Amino acid sequence: MEIIILILAGILFATAIYNLLQKQLLRIIIGTVLLSHGAHLVILTMGKLKRGNPPILDDAVTTYTDPLPQALILTSIVISFGITSLLLVLSYRTAKENNTDNMEEMRGETNE
Amino acid sequence: MIFAVFLPLLFAIIVPFLSKAKHKIHTGIFVVFIPLAIFLYFIRFIGDDFTPLQQTYNWIPSLGINFDFYLDGLSLLFVLLISGIGTLVVFYSIYYLHVSEKLGHFYVYLLMFMTAMLGVVLSDNVYLLYTFWELTSISSFLLIGFWNHRERSRYGAQKSMLITIFGGLSMLGGLILLSIITETTSIRMMIEQVDTILTSNYLPLILVLILLGAFTKSAQFPFHIWLPDAMEAPTPVSAYLHSATMVKAGIYLIARFSPIFSTYEWFFIIVSIVGIVTMIWASYMAVRQTDLKGILAFSTVSQLGMIMAMLGFGTEAAIFAAVFHILNHATFKGSLFMIAGIIDHETGTRDIRKLGGLLTLMPISATLALFGTFSMAGVPLPFLNGFYSKELFFDATLDLEQSGGSFISFLSEAIPYLAVFASIFTFVYSMYLFFGVFTGPKKLELLPKKPHEAPIGMLLSPIVLVLGVIVIGLFPNLLNGSLLTHAAQAVNQAVELEHVHFWHGFVPALYMSLIVVIIGLILFLTRKKWSNIYHVLPGKFSFNKVYDKGIEKLDTYSTSVTNSYMTGSLKLYMSIILAVILLATFFVMYATDGFVLKTDNLADINLIDLAVVFIMVLAAIATIFVHNKLALIIITGIVGFGISILFVIFRAPDLALTQLVVETISMALFLLAYYHLPELRKIKDTAKTTTLNTILAVGIGTLITMVGIAAHSSNWFATISDYFVETSYKLGGGHNIVNVILVDMRGLDTLFEITVLGIAALAIYGLIKVRKNKEAE
Repeated sequence: MEIIILILAGILFATAIYNLLQKQLLRIIIGTVLLSHGAHLVILTMGKLKRGNPPILDDAVTTYTDPLPQALILTSIVISFGITSLLLVLSYRTAKENNTDNMEEMRGETNE
Repeated sequence: MIFAVFLPLLFAIIVPFLSKAKHKIHTGIFVVFIPLAIFLYFIRFIGDDFTPLQQTYNWIPSLGINFDFYLDGLSLLFVLLISGIGTLVVFYSIYYLHVSEKLGHFYVYLLMFMTAMLGVVLSDNVYLLYTFWELTSISSFLLIGFWNHRERSRYGAQKSMLITIFGGLSMLGGLILLSIITETTSIRMMIEQVDTILTSNYLPLILVLILLGAFTKSAQFPFHIWLPDAMEAPTPVSAYLHSATMVKAGIYLIARFSPIFSTYEWFFIIVSIVGIVTMIWASYMAVRQTDLKGILAFSTVSQLGMIMAMLGFGTEAAIFAAVFHILNHATFKGSLFMIAGIIDHETGTRDIRKLGGLLTLMPISATLALFGTFSMAGVPLPFLNGFYSKELFFDATLDLEQSGGSFISFLSEAIPYLAVFASIFTFVYSMYLFFGVFTGPKKLELLPKKPHEAPIGMLLSPIVLVLGVIVIGLFPNLLNGSLLTHAAQAVNQAVELEHVHFWHGFVPALYMSLIVVIIGLILFLTRKKWSNIYHVLPGKFSFNKVYDKGIEKLDTYSTSVTNSYMTGSLKLYMSIILAVILLATFFVMYATDGFVLKTDNLADINLIDLAVVFIMVLAAIATIFVHNKLALIIITGIVGFGISILFVIFRAPDLALTQLVVETISMALFLLAYYHLPELRKIKDTAKTTTLNTILAVGIGTLITMVGIAAHSSNWFATISDYFVETSYKLGGGHNIVNVILVDMRGLDTLFEITVLGIAALAIYGLIKVRKNKEAE
């Protein structure tokens, strides 16, 4: 199962990178979203999958899945959510101000 | 001694205050006492029974960098030159520089230079030497660019800076190597370990690096090009820095290190050849110049080449002659620069084509120049010191050792002829300088000012120097025992007390001198006829052009290199970053044989799991091909919700919950932005970019999978999670382990994650609400 999940993470990364390398802002944001999904899956897989019960203490249970990666991912989900929402608003403002959402047309002031 | 070295620098602090009153008293009047005091302090050391003096003050003892000062004969000679000529130059500058000039700046730079130069010649510590060495470069840069409103001054200053700093840094490399090999920072300790250095593998590198430092500083071929351009400096500066002191720093360096290198044959070959070539080329080029200071600059280069060559010979006679000539050159060249300055000051031009017949108008200057130029030419008269050093030079060229390889003996054979050849041109330009300015028809209509004799104060300094020329000329042995022999012994211990005679009898050196005078006279008189040769030999070629083109090309090439990748396109930067990550990680994986695949410890697979994964894969791939933004958002949502299902399958209830909520809110946000963002278009990429993007994307994807599998398959140590499981209730008082970790065991993470959310919220608020440009809305 771990290998399948890692392959899925690889595919998520690949599609994320492909989207990141596009020119439109929305696609780039979608790329970052996919990238964080991929990263979360990799973190989870590193702590082994499906070994024991959910990490909620119960006297009847002796083995639990690794709680540490879960805590890390929980933090990460919240942070990437914050970033995604900021990016969305930022891209909305950028597109408004510059009348374009094409990254290739946004090059700032040319030097000299 | 340390006080003597730093006295000028300390005094420089109060110079700006003194210069406030410059209209009442010329600032130079205060300054002149400083070098005078130093001169008087050091002149006490002259004597037959001179013994070296050493003083040490701590600076950075843990690194072996200290104020180690060491006064031996060589240092003493230089110290006296620096302080003595410094006094004269400051005195001269009082009359030369008008009070309307920025005198405060001038004297601060000059005093800075004085400290630096004293430091260079007195340092025994290589790092201290380097510190002062660079300080001379910097103060020289400031002095050359003193009239910084002039384009040529700035050009000259920059050029000298680039060339001498290049050499200085090379020298630092050499010094560091030396101090690593010998495990000491003291030059004297290094000299004691000659054998260690001479058997080191790094010897050629050390030699080249140190010689680069010396050659650039002392304007040796082909680094001489900065010196003629440094003539844009005020004349006192040219007289002081660019004839008597700074340009001899390289000479000093070679002399100081020659006990280490002198037995190494390449030292002889390189230094002698460079010296001789410099001497010939510069004396040849000097005849072509039309600017008085230009002639003097090339003449300085040529004379420095001569001293350098003698240091390269390394024989006892040659070392003594070199030391002797250092003193002589400082006297006559200093006076000639000052006279050139006087002529400039009194006639308004330094162009030799406009000058002529000044003999009757400026008789004192003419007399002084007569002694200076004739001494420089080496005219055989018993009251000119230049003649003695030239004789000694010829002597030295004749008694070179013929041993060594065939190349060395060939070189030894050739050197006397080359020396005579160079001396002929020296004779020609000296005569040209004197007779061109002071005899011939008067061209008063060409001169901006009506020429007349300079004030006595201005003439005093050159008079003192010319007196030096005559005194040494009349009594050539005056300083031998007390100063020069000690100096020469510092370079080569075998040197014995020598007596210089005007008349040796009919020896080869005398014939060589006569040949020089006769051919020189013929060439001088027929100068107009053969001067066309300059169209042939340097012709259009010059080292300045090489330098200028080099600087220009460096600029254009570096700009074009930078522009080639700093295009302003984020996409390109992204591609470069990803490509580097990809290549580097694959390389490391390949090189360390890092890929591991173990299948013995895997979780089982259900059909439902597979179905979820399959749908997610489809959705992820579809994001690339969908060109409708609503569809794109929904498809991304599928991936997100798929993740939360996976979290359920993998027994992470908190994660599943959070992911579900966050994904929902994200969807809502995307849909909110949906209204405002422009519709997705198909932006056609070239096939090449698409391929490149695909390669990068697939590459990174594969990389992540491979790294993940390799990491998963190699289990280095047990998890620490058992501790969390055990103590979650005991210490944290909670049953939900993940939550206990988040708020108790690793609560700091959570605190800052909350901060992140807060900052994001504030930023979003700011982005929406705050408008810098009110009218835009």
